[in-house]
Amino acid sequence: MNLDAAFTALADPTRRAILARLALGETTVTELAQPFEMSQPAISQHLKVLEEAGLVMSRVEGSKRPRRLAKAGIDEIDQWLGMLRKALEKNYERLDEILAAMKDEKERNKR
Amino acid sequence: MSKLTLKTEGDTHIVITRHFDAPPEAVYRAHTDTKLLQKWLLGPDGWTMPVCINDPKPGGKIRFEWAHAKGGGFYLTGEYVELTPYSRIVHVERMHLPDPTPDNRVETTFAADGKGTLMTIRMMLPDSQTRAQMLSTGMERGMEASYVRLENTVLNPVMSA
Repeated sequence: MNLDAAFTALADPTRRAILARLALGETTVTELAQPFEMSQPAISQHLKVLEEAGLVMSRVEGSKRPRRLAKAGIDEIDQWLGMLRKALEKNYERLDEILAAMKDEKERNKR
Repeated sequence: MSKLTLKTEGDTHIVITRHFDAPPEAVYRAHTDTKLLQKWLLGPDGWTMPVCINDPKPGGKIRFEWAHAKGGGFYLTGEYVELTPYSRIVHVERMHLPDPTPDNRVETTFAADGKGTLMTIRMMLPDSQTRAQMLSTGMERGMEASYVRLENTVLNPVMSA
């Protein structure tokens, strides 16, 4: 999975809204286009970006191609972000210790 | 439960919050005192900050250089814009990898929260592409990059609108 493509795909309000809709269940392009003031080709273009980023999948059902969330892609981003959060938290755990030491020092000085 | 929250807002912002069991004065000091910064702003294990140039006044320069025990490193430069003791810091920063990344304008606020402090960091990136790059590769190289809570980004677009 290309994380750059995934985060670029997420940085657009229409695409986030499409994902939010798909989180409720599988949907056709026609149904997806309804709440947006956009043409179906414009929605299809957004879906293409999301599919290429590995966030959305489609299947063929007669003449329709219903879309759904690609769970593997979403999980992968979530794991990546979890790792980033952990790395950042490491800084603040160190800072917690420093702040505790500052407090001890202050209390010693009071005595 | 992690005390840290991370989320994106709109197309270009990243917002991080963290609670500390210390008053705003102490947390602010830990963010502006050169010797203290060098002790904690290190990212993953194995990294140190051998160079820490830090002049906390409007227009004051920032230069942090990180090195890894196994060799390699990178640096960050920036400038302070505004400082309000002990509640708010605004600065601009860029990472050199070695090419400089687009400027990241960062507002850090410290608010009393019970007996402790709630810190809120708002990173303002120039465009969505820069934020995407920061999220996907920024942290790999070090620290000052960031993160989304996917639940907020994907499942709750109202909040990130």
